[in-house]
Amino acid sequence: MRRLDGSVPFRGGGFHPRERWIAGAATLCVLIAFWQFGTWAGFLPTLFLPSPVAIAVTLWRLTVTGVLWQHLSASLARLLIGWFAGTFFGMATGIAAGLWSVTRSPVMAVVSALFPIPKIALVPLFIIWFGIGEGSKIATIGLGVFFPTVIATMGGVDNVPRGLIRMGQSFGLPTTTIIRSIILPGAAPAILNGFRVTASIAIVLLVAAEMIGAEQGIGAFVLSAGNLYDTDALLAGIVVLSVLGLVVAGLIGALERVLLRWR
Amino acid sequence: MSHGVRLILDEVSHAWKTLRVLDGITLTAEPGEVMVVIGPSGCGKSTLLNIMGGLLAPTSGSVRTEGAIADDCLNPLTYVFQDFSLVPWRNVRDNVGLVLRHKLTRDAVAERVREVLALTGLSDFGDAWPKELSGGMRQRVGIARALAVRPACLLMDEPLSALDAQTRDLLLDEFVTLIGRAATTTVYITHNLPEAVRLGQQIVVLSRRPGRVREIFRVNRPLTGRSADDPDLKNLEHTLWRIIRDDAAVAERERIDAPA
Repeated sequence: MRRLDGSVPFRGGGFHPRERWIAGAATLCVLIAFWQFGTWAGFLPTLFLPSPVAIAVTLWRLTVTGVLWQHLSASLARLLIGWFAGTFFGMATGIAAGLWSVTRSPVMAVVSALFPIPKIALVPLFIIWFGIGEGSKIATIGLGVFFPTVIATMGGVDNVPRGLIRMGQSFGLPTTTIIRSIILPGAAPAILNGFRVTASIAIVLLVAAEMIGAEQGIGAFVLSAGNLYDTDALLAGIVVLSVLGLVVAGLIGALERVLLRWR
Repeated sequence: MSHGVRLILDEVSHAWKTLRVLDGITLTAEPGEVMVVIGPSGCGKSTLLNIMGGLLAPTSGSVRTEGAIADDCLNPLTYVFQDFSLVPWRNVRDNVGLVLRHKLTRDAVAERVREVLALTGLSDFGDAWPKELSGGMRQRVGIARALAVRPACLLMDEPLSALDAQTRDLLLDEFVTLIGRAATTTVYITHNLPEAVRLGQQIVVLSRRPGRVREIFRVNRPLTGRSADDPDLKNLEHTLWRIIRDDAAVAERERIDAPA
């Protein structure tokens, strides 16, 4: 037997991380300031890692001369066409696999067999099939986006509560209404999560495909700058890619806020 | 307003692979009558309701309806679900409207939604999301959605079991009024005996699995005049419990002993 006197100690709290954008921005600022200081003080060699100010100046020069837009517009066109094509066909296939037995097993077999192949390894084949032009690059991005979209969509459809589908059936709703009003909105959180992954994959594949065979595009620009040992321009290109990633993430976040406001 | 239809089950049996769930159920719910089905856990009450509603095909036997339905009836056999089954990404108004849109014009949908929300006391909650509502309010939406299609037969699957005792009592009184006003045939599944004697005009007692009709009681007094303290209803409740108790105990042991 022992006594238990005194106030009850607090044991709850925590395990509930929140996003604070100011902390994220401050972290980036500190890192950039440290980097700038390092190049200014001389312990970071500018030949290998130019200063943030030098990169910003290069970026400005590339912008005003129109060179940046020339490469960026080529990349954006490939990215958008490839991503939308892969997403459209991926969602259609994922929905079919999620809804009907007749499509599920064939889709799963194809996805399991082809998804693990590094898509960049297919670029030479796509160049043979579609030529060195836009087709091979768009196909690479589209295929890279397609498989994760199929998996995310099918998982989303699988996770729609069956009780809601039975509710729709019990009220005699047409199948198209059940798909449009119950299954697609129910699968939306998983599909939008998939968008985050596929947007990143699309950017990676875009750069890789442009490095293999393109004259225009951010990937080609970065590769060319590297070959010329122009590290200012090389890092300016990388900054552009980073900003592109941030913009895409912001757009998907905005889409989530609109489509998933019920959460 | 719809009129109830006669719902007839003839020798309905069902099995999940080798597990027999229902065995030779023969029942008739008369037009406008409230038929309550009770029985121990796992006796196949919800399976029976799904068969009645056409969501599950019986292994053998048949379910049919008899009688005329009103022209404005959009879904003759209509469910009210235990878990409410509200679509979380639609507000209250759109949840009710969802089941009307494929058959009515936009204006007609708006009119019916307005009418049933008023009937169920939800007029001020049309813009609310399901997550913002209490359990009782969510089930009101479920009732409003069911009434909006002017059903000829309401199939209610333990509609109050997910609610607290106070809300259950309050909503039960409202059910009595709404069911009386809608004049539909109602099949009400429950394991709650006070609910059964409060609502049932025909009370069907099922045995433990495989569910068979064990006894049928008829309560010949109007729903609106029934009181929870009525000695006759209390006696009936005790009688029902006596019948079910042993089966319920065995069913519970079977659940515990069942391999995972």
